[in-house]
Amino acid sequence: MPSDTDNYETVVRERRAEKVAEFEEHHRGFMGNVQHALHVTPSLVPLIVLVASLILFGVLLGSRFFSPFALTLILQQVQIVGIVAAAQSLVILTAGIDLSVGAIAVMSSVVMGQFSFRYGIPPAVAVVCGLAFGTAVGALNGWLVARMKLPPFIVTLGMWQIVLAANFLYSANETIRSQDIAAEAPILQAMGAKFEVAGAVFTVGVVFMVCLVMVLAYALKHTAWGRHVYAVGDDPEAAELSGVNVKMTLISVYALAGLICAFAGWALIGRIGSVSPTSGQLLNIESITAVVIGGISLFGGRGSILGTFFGALIVGVFTLGLRLAGADAQWTFLLIGVLIIAAVAVDQWIRKVSA
Amino acid sequence: MTQETQRKPLLTGRNLVKRYGRVTALDHCDFELYPGEILAVIGDNGAGKSTLIKALSGAVIPDEGEVTLDGKTVHFQSPNDAREAGIETVYQTLAMSPALSITDNMFMGRELRKPGFRGKWLRQLDRPAMEKFARDKLNDLGLMTIQNINQAVETLSGGQRQGVAVARAAAFGSKVIILDEPTAALGVKESRRVLELILDVRSRGIPIILISHNMPHVFELADRIHVHRLGQRLCVIDPKNHSMSDAVAYMTGAKVPETELEPA
Repeated sequence: MPSDTDNYETVVRERRAEKVAEFEEHHRGFMGNVQHALHVTPSLVPLIVLVASLILFGVLLGSRFFSPFALTLILQQVQIVGIVAAAQSLVILTAGIDLSVGAIAVMSSVVMGQFSFRYGIPPAVAVVCGLAFGTAVGALNGWLVARMKLPPFIVTLGMWQIVLAANFLYSANETIRSQDIAAEAPILQAMGAKFEVAGAVFTVGVVFMVCLVMVLAYALKHTAWGRHVYAVGDDPEAAELSGVNVKMTLISVYALAGLICAFAGWALIGRIGSVSPTSGQLLNIESITAVVIGGISLFGGRGSILGTFFGALIVGVFTLGLRLAGADAQWTFLLIGVLIIAAVAVDQWIRKVSA
Repeated sequence: MTQETQRKPLLTGRNLVKRYGRVTALDHCDFELYPGEILAVIGDNGAGKSTLIKALSGAVIPDEGEVTLDGKTVHFQSPNDAREAGIETVYQTLAMSPALSITDNMFMGRELRKPGFRGKWLRQLDRPAMEKFARDKLNDLGLMTIQNINQAVETLSGGQRQGVAVARAAAFGSKVIILDEPTAALGVKESRRVLELILDVRSRGIPIILISHNMPHVFELADRIHVHRLGQRLCVIDPKNHSMSDAVAYMTGAKVPETELEPA
């Protein structure tokens, strides 16, 4: 049936000599270039904000602020939040959220203290028990998220209440005094040990925080596990189809977050000296704040752990700077709030990048 | 391609049955793929094409029947099993992580580690080797215009993404490559580029299963066309002896194929 209607077939059967799609860079313009740079290096924004705020307070306050002592004081003040925020970053990179980080940290410190003092377990072993406790709770979070497919917000909201209540029940709301710890179990305060380098005061906890950030930055960038964390946060279905073990990646991330929180609990004993079940109540919100200001996307798969570190430092710089300037403490919260909204707005803008 | 009577199929399905509740998606379906050919699978929506393909790529486990690869019966429990056997699938969604680089995406789930201490104990990735491999594979397929192998996949155009996905499949698929609607989301020029990629891959001797709704593309590329209807293989036609309207008529049931038209 060689009718006219069949002609289109002969047309499409012949190879057409169209120009093939060209894959070349087109012009971006200045704002486009800025957007592209931020897209490639997401920790650039918090770094700029950090440097700008350091310069601002340096000009306003002079040597009161720009002294080795004051600058390292910031590090000491942000060490707990910094460590917890590193754990929070891992979870948020997988498009999750962990509201139980603070509770895990406090309960781990209580386990370390009570195991030493109530049961007479050697303090070093008690520390290991505390770390194991944090890892176990984190792994349980991960199991509920990955295997039971429950939303991370709900799982960790529940776990926050459970661990916090268990913390008060188990410790009977008792504080272990600083003098007792120093006398009988000094290893519990090991993270608080101070050393001085030319007027700058560091603690073991601060060194631990910096090392932790470096190790996690390496693991996220240069190991297959780190790439899988990003892939799972970006698009879990795509990651699964590409051969990533999504469930094990999620469980490992939550378990590692739990372990890091337990280390934060150990650092907390060093910072406040005593084991107090009522400490660290705001750690979950403060860690999320640091993560968001640090430019990690709450939708997962974007951002870097260095950004979180800068985010925690920005909060520390604002807190100390405004206090030294004699401003009302509420100004700190107000400015942090502005920074959070600005950071998310920048994140949305970066996401629009297309070339 | 000349049809040899004694050729052995590389990948076959025999009597495949898959039921979802009361719906029978595959109803005693047969399937053959011969070495070095492009076999198109066409069929109406809901005819069971994707179930058939998923049964071959391990994403679905058939209730009955057997799948053989290279003459040996295989039982894929997951897409990973099929990948290990050398069957790579390019999904319609492409299965790529938009925020990660081209290299990261190509090696997702099978990364290379550095030799010695740094790889074994520090688990460090061998980025130079991965980048070189990715660049070579893209060059092989004429995607040289992708300048920066480390740019994020989301900064690529639709055609470039499809190209990277095909390159990934071609790089690792040693036996069979399955392409699910590779041109569905693309414009005319980008489609053309991807069709040329597919022919390039075929010229390396790797057989391809092509699922497509686009009849001109199917008739241009395919050596044989498997027409799927109501969960079964209705017939296999040679695009040289049939018109597109015939194929559509078979597919929709408007016309019944006169004889067993399978050329093999």
